[in-house]
Amino acid sequence: MSAQMEAVIGLEVHAELLTRSKIFCGCSAGFGAPPNTNVCPVCLGMPGVLPVLNRRVVEFAIRAGLATGCAVAPSSIFARKNYFYPDIPKGYQISQYELPICAGGHIDVVTEAGTKRVGLTRIHMEEDTGKNVHDAHAADSLVDFNRSGVPLLEIVSEPDLRTPADAGAYLRTLRSILQYLEVCDGNMEEGSFRCDANVSVRPRGQKELGTKVEIKNMNSFRAVERALVHEIARQEQALADGERIVQETRLWDADREETRSMRSKESAHDYRYFPDPDLLPLVVDPAWIAEIRRTMPELPADRRDRFEREHGLSAYDADVLTQRKDVADYFEAGVGAGAPAKDMANWTMTEILRIVRDEKLDEALVIRSWPIGPTQLAKLIQLVATGAVNRNTAKGLLPRLRGTDLDPEELVRREGLAQVSDRGALEAAVRDVIARCPDQVAQIRAGKEKVMGFLVGQVMKATGGKANAQMVQDLLRAALAESS
Amino acid sequence: MSALHDLSLRDAAMRVRRREVSAVELTRATLARIAATEPQVGAYLTVCGDEALAAAAAIDRRVAAGEDVGRLAGVPIALKDIICTAGVRTTAGSRILERFVPPYDATVTARLRNAGAVIVGKLNCDEFAMGSSTENSGVGTTRNPWDGTRVPGGSSGGSAAAVAARSCFGALGTDTGGSIRLPAAYCSVVGLKPTYGRVSRYGVMAYASSLDQVGPLARDVADAAVLFDAIAGHDAKDSTSSPRPSRALAGSLEGGVRGLRLGMPREYFVEGMQPDVERAVREAVRVLETAGASVESVSLPHSEYAIATYYLIATAEASSNLARYDGVRYGLRVAKPGSSVGEMYAGTRAAGLGAEVKRRIMLGTYALSAGYYDAYYLKALQVRTLIAQDFTKALAGCDALVAPIAPTTAFRLGEKTADPLTMYLSDIFTISVNLAGLPGMSVPCGFDGDGLPIGLQLIGKPFDEATLLRVAAAYEGSTEWRQRGPRL
Repeated sequence: MSAQMEAVIGLEVHAELLTRSKIFCGCSAGFGAPPNTNVCPVCLGMPGVLPVLNRRVVEFAIRAGLATGCAVAPSSIFARKNYFYPDIPKGYQISQYELPICAGGHIDVVTEAGTKRVGLTRIHMEEDTGKNVHDAHAADSLVDFNRSGVPLLEIVSEPDLRTPADAGAYLRTLRSILQYLEVCDGNMEEGSFRCDANVSVRPRGQKELGTKVEIKNMNSFRAVERALVHEIARQEQALADGERIVQETRLWDADREETRSMRSKESAHDYRYFPDPDLLPLVVDPAWIAEIRRTMPELPADRRDRFEREHGLSAYDADVLTQRKDVADYFEAGVGAGAPAKDMANWTMTEILRIVRDEKLDEALVIRSWPIGPTQLAKLIQLVATGAVNRNTAKGLLPRLRGTDLDPEELVRREGLAQVSDRGALEAAVRDVIARCPDQVAQIRAGKEKVMGFLVGQVMKATGGKANAQMVQDLLRAALAESS
Repeated sequence: MSALHDLSLRDAAMRVRRREVSAVELTRATLARIAATEPQVGAYLTVCGDEALAAAAAIDRRVAAGEDVGRLAGVPIALKDIICTAGVRTTAGSRILERFVPPYDATVTARLRNAGAVIVGKLNCDEFAMGSSTENSGVGTTRNPWDGTRVPGGSSGGSAAAVAARSCFGALGTDTGGSIRLPAAYCSVVGLKPTYGRVSRYGVMAYASSLDQVGPLARDVADAAVLFDAIAGHDAKDSTSSPRPSRALAGSLEGGVRGLRLGMPREYFVEGMQPDVERAVREAVRVLETAGASVESVSLPHSEYAIATYYLIATAEASSNLARYDGVRYGLRVAKPGSSVGEMYAGTRAAGLGAEVKRRIMLGTYALSAGYYDAYYLKALQVRTLIAQDFTKALAGCDALVAPIAPTTAFRLGEKTADPLTMYLSDIFTISVNLAGLPGMSVPCGFDGDGLPIGLQLIGKPFDEATLLRVAAAYEGSTEWRQRGPRL
């Protein structure tokens, strides 16, 4: 984007809540059941049925509100959003409109330009729709109502974001918070964390906002950033060409890497919101809010700061390790089991998280099966730190420890993998190598230091990889000096 | 001895419990009465004889086993066809639901069954309870048992007509703007609209959610009290149902009216009222005075806005409530192969919904539209508050209000169908009670020169059905109106 222009971005996130039952009936809110099996007269919109609010949904909304500095409304109202669509069984969606449960919060987002505070306009509760299924039969469309009535939080940001990267950082931070709160699993691919964006461009320094365009159909963080990059460029080009931006909704096409117009403002729905007469105003007892506040977990930003402070981690390491609560818990469990914090951080980030990502273990809200337990890892790290095994041997042990509760120390003993630090044994091996490699010895003496590595490798080979590498170096130098 | 179908609901239940008559005999007698009267009345849309006989036989077995089968033991009851009955079609008087069979009972249906009632059939009504004459039914025509050329009133016209025709021992209706009380008056039966929130709405097809309330129609006040007791009380499935405990009232109707203060709203005695109606209502008030009540004039100054207020709020809610009848999941679907979803919606609703329902959906859609919401819907909510305050003030100095139910007696079939506004005015004395959420009742109080029934309206404080029933019982006991029945 040109230096004279800036983009203004606001995001609307729909987070599916991890309650056991739906928002207005007792059906399971679980994902993945056969079509139309988690349904009842209420979530099918049968004649005469009535909604009854799931208190757990309110609790989750309050948790999200407290975590983001929102004011929790003592009384809020459910409203009907009226429109016709086959996946919306009542012809209206129960949502909140004029009086949402939470308003006026913020999220601090770490961006390239430092920490940026992004305002939250509101957080409200609503029911999810069913799902239209078009592929199975050629002529008819089918509807699966399992998702109908699954609770959602809609989290609306202020137009405080300026770049696609900021938007991505905001979304990652918000997802992290919701995951810490255990209210949403944050899975964008499965649709449990969905995002629509409002974006406009304006000359830098101008106060008035440009005409905004809403973008939908972005199914990953990457898609959000790509779609924003493209939409901002499109709007900028349009303005440069003297065109006017039309207020409209556009769909992101990830395959073609472009946004496409879906509907204009003129054809937008009039949702005819009005208070749902089937539900009383939701009055929240301040004592309940206080109770929820008492049971709030430490949030990612606080934990990040604490990791830097208490464990002496770099800002980067602390950030990586605290994005997910389970990862942060893993790290701290290892430190608690005696691993030095820096080593635990390195091993967790380079070894453990690599496996987690490769094997997609992080798709669940909580990683259930770690490659190896944090206590096992801590012991392994301690074996390296005390010189009992060398680092390569330790890494080589990871696959052996997977899915077991083996004590690494015992494994080392049983397999005879202990690092050879016995001076006598190593001196013999060093002497032997020097005798066998006169050419290389000559090269080193001629100043080719690099060849030293070859000699070290020969000694390691002779000891089955178990030799203490530092001792080998020292002994080699000493032997070379002696025999010169 | 009179025929079984002439027994009061209480007598019938008592005889079943005493094993003097079986539930099956009562049910057969009712089915025979239905067969005899239906050609003239047309109250029933569905008669579920097989299910009723099976339920009656089950009651008899339980009675034989010495079980307590409840206050409504083995008594055939019929329901307005807007109240869901598991396994028995429930049409709401609409072609769009003509073949709809709900898989669930409404809470009131379940409560009647639990009290031992035998559900014998489903009764005609104006489509989705929208109307005052039952002529808006898309499924059948009901005639007033007192005069086959007249309407039974509405929207619970089938319920009132069946009770008057003695083709059931009692019935449930719903009342959104007068839909129990008006037909009760037109057919000379007792009708009670409980306080909003007193009876569960779960499983009752919604017309206007903030106004709808289920209530009994019965041959006399004591029968109405028994039915009310069976259905009243909190229901966890209806968030608007009151958590207040519901006290059984059937046993405490005898208190009389001595010392009670009754208010007569000035605005309910208006120019253009049928003279016989005004005379009968004033005479009823005198009867109550003679029995020891004091009567004073009170004012409900915002009454003139009630009809307009009602037709904004009720239609707004209806426009949303009826959106679910879209042809997707149940009910009628009109779509040609290859038609779009929009064409399916339009085709289904055009064919399935009647003219009055469409009119109200359009009115309500308009009232809620962007740019009109504040001027119409929001304003109506404000006026509703004023109307409710009128009643609060009037009832601060009285125990109950007495008034006519309607300005006229039953009108002729077809007389008002061409003019919806005239039809709307039938509810002018009943509609405010729904807006205020209060209990209201209709008790027979005489006949006009043509022999058509007239109803006395009683309006009470919130959750004070007890006083209404007590006043109604005292009045009923001082008069002989309930001895008269239609000639069928």
